[in-house]
Amino acid sequence: MPKISGWSLIRFYTILVYAFMFAPIVVVVVLSFNPEQFGSFPMKGFSFRWFIKLAQNQTILIAFKNSLILGSLTAVVSTAVGIMASMAFVRYNFPGKNTLNTLLLAPIMIPEVILGVALLLFIRWLQQPKSFALLVIGHVVLTLPYVLLIVQARLGGIKKEYEEAAQSLGANGLQTFKEVTLPLLTPAILAGMLFSFTISFDDITATLFWATAQNQTVPVKIFGMLRNSISPEINALGTVMIVLTIATPLLAGYLSRKLSRGS
Amino acid sequence: MENKSTSPAVQLKGVYKRFGKVVAVQKMDLDFEEGSLVTLLGPSGCGKTTILRMIAGLEAPTEGEIYIKGKRVNDIPIHKRNLGMIFQNYALFPHKTIFDNVAFGLKYRNVAKGEMQAKVTKALEMVRLPGVEGRMPSQLSGGQQQRIAMARAIVIEPDVLLMDEPLSALDENLREEMRREIDNLQQMLGVTTLFVTHDQREALSMSDKIVVMKDGLKQQEGSPEEVYNYPRNHFVSDFLGHSNFFGGVIAGLEDEGVSVKLQDGNEFRVEHPGDWANNAAVELVIRAQKFELTYLDEAPPEPDMNTFDGTIKDRSYMGGEVSYFVELESGTMVHVIGIAKLTPFKKGEKIRLHVAPRHCGLLQKDKAGGDARPAK
Repeated sequence: MPKISGWSLIRFYTILVYAFMFAPIVVVVVLSFNPEQFGSFPMKGFSFRWFIKLAQNQTILIAFKNSLILGSLTAVVSTAVGIMASMAFVRYNFPGKNTLNTLLLAPIMIPEVILGVALLLFIRWLQQPKSFALLVIGHVVLTLPYVLLIVQARLGGIKKEYEEAAQSLGANGLQTFKEVTLPLLTPAILAGMLFSFTISFDDITATLFWATAQNQTVPVKIFGMLRNSISPEINALGTVMIVLTIATPLLAGYLSRKLSRGS
Repeated sequence: MENKSTSPAVQLKGVYKRFGKVVAVQKMDLDFEEGSLVTLLGPSGCGKTTILRMIAGLEAPTEGEIYIKGKRVNDIPIHKRNLGMIFQNYALFPHKTIFDNVAFGLKYRNVAKGEMQAKVTKALEMVRLPGVEGRMPSQLSGGQQQRIAMARAIVIEPDVLLMDEPLSALDENLREEMRREIDNLQQMLGVTTLFVTHDQREALSMSDKIVVMKDGLKQQEGSPEEVYNYPRNHFVSDFLGHSNFFGGVIAGLEDEGVSVKLQDGNEFRVEHPGDWANNAAVELVIRAQKFELTYLDEAPPEPDMNTFDGTIKDRSYMGGEVSYFVELESGTMVHVIGIAKLTPFKKGEKIRLHVAPRHCGLLQKDKAGGDARPAK
């Protein structure tokens, strides 16, 4: 028995893990090109029928628009707040610093269901209606920890001497931040925005509590469609989402590399 | 400009710095003469960098006052102090070209575009790196980066140049070259400079004044020759070079010096200025480089030396010089550093040890042990 070594077992096991993770996704993508109403293998032909139907579905298009706006807003707000908080945590000392930092990171550990209900109750207590703003606030809470972790790590790696050198040369605090700190933070800022966008774009658990009939996001919409029937449209929508969530970071990575080479 | 006539370029008056319970700097009074190069020398954690950072405005003194060109700067933020800073790790802005790095300080000084160009070109010429304007810092070697950092600091014509261990990150060979270059540049520009280092060779070779520090306290202040030849206490003489310390008492006063009797019974003739009383407890200090070794049958190198016989117990060859540990017949160990001859002494060899009375230093016993207390 020369061939069955420990390594070949590990290799086999690894392949199984990958198959387990990616096979469902592959099935969704493949079935989205299936012309039949009920998916079965082998497929009888190839068509864009469900994509076309998808493009004509007004409610899905609205949900898509909502998701895009929500994701972008979340990314911008989360990153702006995250940069400021990170500056405070990494560059300054104040009482309660560690506690405050842990509190801001807590949403990673707290189950989303609880976050969803909690924010909803809070809004009720304030006697405010559910709104798009609630969704933005909620998603900022969800994504802020990731931005904080990324930006803080990067900021910790930017030596204080750069800022001190700029100040010694006559730049005040704001000029130093603009001329030195911010440009050096750019990769972390891009990564943070990307993370926020994809997390927001993907989120369902908490969003289910916060969304209204007018403010549906794509995942919430899919969830609703699944309750009624299993339409192949969902496969097509899934494919679009997969392409989008993979393409965005790739594009961002490509752009940032191109940008840094250009400067 | 300000009253330049009498006031020193930089002045510290009774400066203390505490970080919580830790006292980083205490009772510091310093005067920097206009155009001079002052070195703060001491082991790490002695407070030398803290002093530099207080002058820069990166730390605020807990107590005391700091003046730059006669003006109290305690409440003036760093960006309004007109300083040039040089860091150990260069701290060039990695995302800016060399031109933008050097021109950085000029942007905040209302310098016209054309003038800026000319100033940057001139600064790069001064550090002997013309034509690198378009490159990025990462494309330059460590030594070149430190030169650009120099150019960036001097182009703004600072009142004071602050250098924090600027040579530590460089290779041994490059360090010597950069040291001379900084020295030349400083003299050419005549800019008052504070140089912080733990390297005694750097301090001795380029300073107008050395301030030796330990535990936040000034131990001694003076010209390199003064500090090296007449150390005020045990710490200073130990830190500047390899010294031998022997406890003893004054056994006799002579015309030109004193006779010191060590605990092992050996007597040394010592020429060291100062008022010495008979039977006073003293510490005899002799630098390892000041001894001369000969074979037993050789004539002494010069007359009237303190001469003892001993055995080489250990030696390490260091190229240009050889470090020996010699055991005298009384059992006392002596550290000797000698110029390496073609045939260095071997381990176990019987030799004769000579040291001239003028090379023997004396410290009062109370000063010898009291180097951590405030120096008067």
